[in-house]
Amino acid sequence: MRSLRTNKTLRTNVITYAVVVAAFVLFQALGSAGVLSSTMKGQLVPICAYVLMALSLNLTVGILGELSLGHAGFMSVGAFAGAVTASAMQDSMPSSALRLTVAVLVGAVLAAIVGVLIGIPVLRLNGDYLAIVTLAFGEIIKSIVNNLYIGMDANGLHASFLNNTIVLGDGGRMILSGPMGVPGIKKTATFTAGFILILIALFVIFNLVNSRAGRAIMALRDNRIAAESVGINVTKYKLMAFVISAAIAGAGGALYGQAQNAIIATKFDFNTSILILVFVVLGGMGNMLGSILAAALLTVLPELLRSLNDYRMLIYAIVLILMMLFNSAPAMIQWREQMTEKLREKFGKEKKEG
Amino acid sequence: MALLEVSNLGIAFGGLQAVSQLDLKIEKGQLYGLIGPNGAGKTTVFNMLTGVYKPTEGDIILDGKNITGLPPATINQAGIARTFQNIRLFNDLTVLDNVKVGLHNQVRYPMWTGVLRLPSFYTKEREMNKQAMKLLKIFDLDKEAKLKASSLPYGKQRKLEIARALATNPKLLLLDEPAAGMNPNETAELMNTIKFVRDTFGIAVLLIEHDMNFVMGICEYITVLNYGRELAQGTGDAVRNNPKVIAAYLGGD
Repeated sequence: MRSLRTNKTLRTNVITYAVVVAAFVLFQALGSAGVLSSTMKGQLVPICAYVLMALSLNLTVGILGELSLGHAGFMSVGAFAGAVTASAMQDSMPSSALRLTVAVLVGAVLAAIVGVLIGIPVLRLNGDYLAIVTLAFGEIIKSIVNNLYIGMDANGLHASFLNNTIVLGDGGRMILSGPMGVPGIKKTATFTAGFILILIALFVIFNLVNSRAGRAIMALRDNRIAAESVGINVTKYKLMAFVISAAIAGAGGALYGQAQNAIIATKFDFNTSILILVFVVLGGMGNMLGSILAAALLTVLPELLRSLNDYRMLIYAIVLILMMLFNSAPAMIQWREQMTEKLREKFGKEKKEG
Repeated sequence: MALLEVSNLGIAFGGLQAVSQLDLKIEKGQLYGLIGPNGAGKTTVFNMLTGVYKPTEGDIILDGKNITGLPPATINQAGIARTFQNIRLFNDLTVLDNVKVGLHNQVRYPMWTGVLRLPSFYTKEREMNKQAMKLLKIFDLDKEAKLKASSLPYGKQRKLEIARALATNPKLLLLDEPAAGMNPNETAELMNTIKFVRDTFGIAVLLIEHDMNFVMGICEYITVLNYGRELAQGTGDAVRNNPKVIAAYLGGD
């Protein structure tokens, strides 16, 4: 019993990696066998992107313990930074895998920088106030991107908040046109890339949580006053968690943008932030595997139910409620514990007999 | 020179003067008691010493360094650690991890060393585990190391808080009602542990306690507070026989 407890975290981490790898292999096999419909195939990369978003927000909500309602803002920064970068390199860098890598890196770094800028004022607040201010910052990012014009010519990139002030030289073209967003994206994102990004995000989060910095972050979550009393720098560790979370969201956004034909700023609004929060809450706060499953399931579900059109949202709502009950209702938790105990006994016996 | 010198310390919350003109002098390795009736301002004094409240007047000098009004984390790094009257553990972390959080500034490595699992991560973590287990053993908590802190019984939670505070390698340990909620056996055991800790680590201990047997049995020097002011100071016997102290506790003119 005791050795089981000792390795509980390790075991959870291994299971999470295993599920991700197994899901990747399964869908890759289904894809090459031609069993997946084209809509499902098209959903694979967005699923990966939303899984990344859920993991990222779970770091802020579950590990740091602060509610962020503006996470779509970081996704937006990543998506547009990635799209502009990839578009700008279209001619100079023929390899689409390399373009995607650079786009994701630029998206993550830029989102991290925005994370620092937002985090410094926001993390001085607590609880509800913090949530409301992150919501506001999410909307601010949306408005800024919605009014941003970026064009490129032989002299490089030009940016402005006024459409007609950008004068492009010969052969120049607009990349980002304010409310029209970035049209005509040459898709570079692949399912494999999404899979690798999820593994990297899991690696970063699990290793962070189980280290000196991660313990400091969770100590702040559990009891800020006690954490300060043992010499933990509140601002430093709150900001660290927030910025890592923003960087992962930026990478997720860049991946998402590179899987679309076009992106517009209003896609990354309050509703998207709430959708990501729903993944985290349903999957269980601090539970990374839960976030992954919730994000994947709830992204696929509307597509799967498309044939039922009128009843689509009704079924979606019922699934939400069932998942919530399965995760949090005391009776269900008890039932789940009994089932795991039974399974353990069964497998334990078999092992002994074998 | 004394380890901690507090002079003319006072704090007002709006119009309420909670503590005023308090002087304290704690020597290295001394066991010092701070007692007084409910609402006398004892915990407020602790909160000022640890930076939770900023004093409105007076100075706090620790080992020759003025720490008045510094933030709590800085004061802890300067050498004051504390426990809380209402236990404040990191409930969702294991017992071992609670102490390892206490070791945060004793064994250091940067964030990316942990994320990338560089070789020094493993050596530093092993060292942390070793030191933490040593502390847990002193408080007889080593068998519970892997349990969640919130699952410990009350008395053990109090002990874990002391272990966590000690992990920060303080010069002065502040204990806010360490024996509250303990039975006589546990209290006697705690007295021995505190003496043991003082002798092994050579630190001074300032404690608030209502259990008079505990205070008289362990403290070498005592300050009595009443209505935020010093009522008396001295050894256990001197304080016990002081008529002003008796009046404050039992009532009288």
